[in-house]
Amino acid sequence: MKKHWYDYLWILSLAYLILGFFNILFAWLGLLCFFIPLIISIGWGTKGYCNRYCGRGQLFALLGGRLGLSRKKDIPNWMKSRWFRYGFLIFFFIMFFQMLWSTYLVFAGAKDLRQVVTLLWTFRLPWNWAYHGTLFHPGVAQFAFGFYSVMLTSTVLGLITMVLFKPRSWCVYCPMGTMTQLICRAKAK
Amino acid sequence: METKIRRKKKASVEEALCVACGCCRKVCPKQAIEIWKGVTARICAEKCIGCGKCVKECPASVISLQEVQP
Ligand code: SF4
Ligand code: SF4
Ligand code: SF4
Repeated sequence: MKKHWYDYLWILSLAYLILGFFNILFAWLGLLCFFIPLIISIGWGTKGYCNRYCGRGQLFALLGGRLGLSRKKDIPNWMKSRWFRYGFLIFFFIMFFQMLWSTYLVFAGAKDLRQVVTLLWTFRLPWNWAYHGTLFHPGVAQFAFGFYSVMLTSTVLGLITMVLFKPRSWCVYCPMGTMTQLICRAKAK
Repeated sequence: METKIRRKKKASVEEALCVACGCCRKVCPKQAIEIWKGVTARICAEKCIGCGKCVKECPASVISLQEVQP
């Protein structure tokens, strides 16, 4: 099958994770994989982002498919149920707003910047080597740390389900995928 | 050589559980799959040759091969 330029966007996804390791401010770029899918689904009523452009999905397909890092077993039924998918979306939103709230607190000066990346909403990893500057307000960096935590957490979850089930199992419960499908569903009526 | 008569098979999607990720569409050698309005995958039965690639790929495992009357 013919390869298109957008079949290589997994390189960007990988680069994103690596860059955030060296300079946390790159985490802001992650907003792109938040807004582009939403714009496509609201504007065109398709899941074009998932179907074509999502580098994260491609990365899992590559690692789990081509490199064989996946058992290729069926995902359990409860994980593809709407209960779980919508529940996970809501949980993700709550955590996201909590992250925005702590960013706000730093902007307001009520809290100090915490140079940690929180993995799986629990484990705090020190990440101070990735923050160098005073060029921006600490709140800008706080958001970056928070957003990178979200991205890293979802990557780790995706990798775990990739190994256990099929390469792109993450796409079954990915909050962006669920959200864009909901928007499309509403528009298709 | 196998002498068993092979029944014709076509892929079919359980639409209510499809997450419209498009993984199946990417692997289909016959371009028989479209993601209908971002809601669900739909398979064009005329184009489908029943190769089963999409069945293996689907992360939600909601595609199956069904025997059809010849
Ligand atoms: S479901 Fe999520 S990870 Fe999968 S293609 Fe869509 S946005 Fe990317
Ligand atoms: S791979 Fe499965 S879940 Fe994804 S669009 Fe195709 S049928 Fe739906
Ligand atoms: S069975 Fe093969 S030809 Fe038919 S839709 Fe699936 S991938 Fe395409």
